[in-house]
Amino acid sequence: MTVRVRVIPCLDVANGRVVKGVNFVDLADAGDPVEQARLYDSMGADELCFLDITASHEDRGTILDIVRRTAEVCFMPVTVGGGVRSAEDARALLLAGADKVAVNSAAVARPEVVADIADRFGSQCVVASVDARRVAEGRWEIFTHGGRRATGIDALEHATRLAQLGAGELLVTSMDGDGTKQGYDLALTRAIADAVSVPVIASGGVGTLDHLVEGVVQGHASAVLAASIFHFGQHTIAEAHQALSKAGIAVRHPISLQTL
Amino acid sequence: MSIALIDYGAGNLHSVHNALVKAGARDVVLAADGEVVRRADRIVLPGVGAFRACRDGLYALPGVVEAMGEAVQARGVPFLGICVGMQLLADEGEEFGSHDGLGWVPGTVRLIEPADASIKVPHMGWNDVTPATPHPLIVPGEAYFLHSYHFAAKDPAHVLATTDHGGPIVAAVGRDTIVGVQFHPEKSQSYGLSFLSRFLEWRP
Repeated sequence: MTVRVRVIPCLDVANGRVVKGVNFVDLADAGDPVEQARLYDSMGADELCFLDITASHEDRGTILDIVRRTAEVCFMPVTVGGGVRSAEDARALLLAGADKVAVNSAAVARPEVVADIADRFGSQCVVASVDARRVAEGRWEIFTHGGRRATGIDALEHATRLAQLGAGELLVTSMDGDGTKQGYDLALTRAIADAVSVPVIASGGVGTLDHLVEGVVQGHASAVLAASIFHFGQHTIAEAHQALSKAGIAVRHPISLQTL
Repeated sequence: MSIALIDYGAGNLHSVHNALVKAGARDVVLAADGEVVRRADRIVLPGVGAFRACRDGLYALPGVVEAMGEAVQARGVPFLGICVGMQLLADEGEEFGSHDGLGWVPGTVRLIEPADASIKVPHMGWNDVTPATPHPLIVPGEAYFLHSYHFAAKDPAHVLATTDHGGPIVAAVGRDTIVGVQFHPEKSQSYGLSFLSRFLEWRP
């Protein structure tokens, strides 16, 4: 076979608690991040993503502690994003036990931060976020501040540049779709996935298992990220794998077949 | 049983430590000098990032490379290299120029260059571990890979397992009491933890 398509639950963390923002505004508490991470590990999630949505204006120590405690009990790859501004921020997260760091708004202001981190710790640990909104047919622009602030930067150009600077992976989020459950922006995902040689994670807008399948088949994504469909018990990781598998996509075997 | 986990600042050091403990290791010692390595019954060399940075970090530790060589050659101590820790076993690595490796398993570490442009690099995610040469540590399964360079072994007899990413990629190498795995057992859930248990119990 070939490398499997990854199913990645994403936990938004604020003040040390898991939350899920609907369009990044209304927050509903959904539990303790370490416990949730353990649950996803036991369910056979292919990776986990923590997004520290309060990182820009709150204590960094909280997320470092969560990452450290998660790494003690979870044996799957963990990506941590939110508030990563420098190679030093990345270093602290990696030492705490993160496998990859996601760089968001800092890479909009200064794309070279991606190269700084890749040069020191390797491309494999740098996930560059591409948060975009559709501004015209076939044209997307980079937005910051939870999708509220336009930058005038073309999303496709930005994505290509981040990959050239050494990002090992791109996390492509449609800010139009995020929290709407209407599905990924497939044209955006595909335009970027086809333009870069690194893997693309589709993100933003998943409401059904079909959306995950579409992200791979039509969006050409190597991995699919979702939050609420998993957090609120709508679907399990196994169901996500099953849906992808039924569509002919290579996924991991069910966890019950694996033994310790 | 004392396990020396070589500490040269590799990013996955603590994850490997956690996983070894979970897999049943009682006495994992972080080793940053030759003395600790000389007392060890098992040696684990972690590694993520670039070949040269890892190589330089490893060689900067006083007496560690010498003590590792002595432990493996004279005492037959089981040795496990993970990811870049596995690649360092090669003669040389071609990442950011050519750099010498330990030369314990003949081969060169080269960029993955798939003929098919739709194959993504880095090779990132879960993929098969397909045994190539029978070995007590290697069983078929799925493990987590995360790398852009791969181990091109000179002698096929040293290839213990392969995976497939636009063509065969070496997943594990070994000779005598040395094993190197390209995948991350510390991030491969039950498959990885059982692999580490087998390493801890291995009596080559």
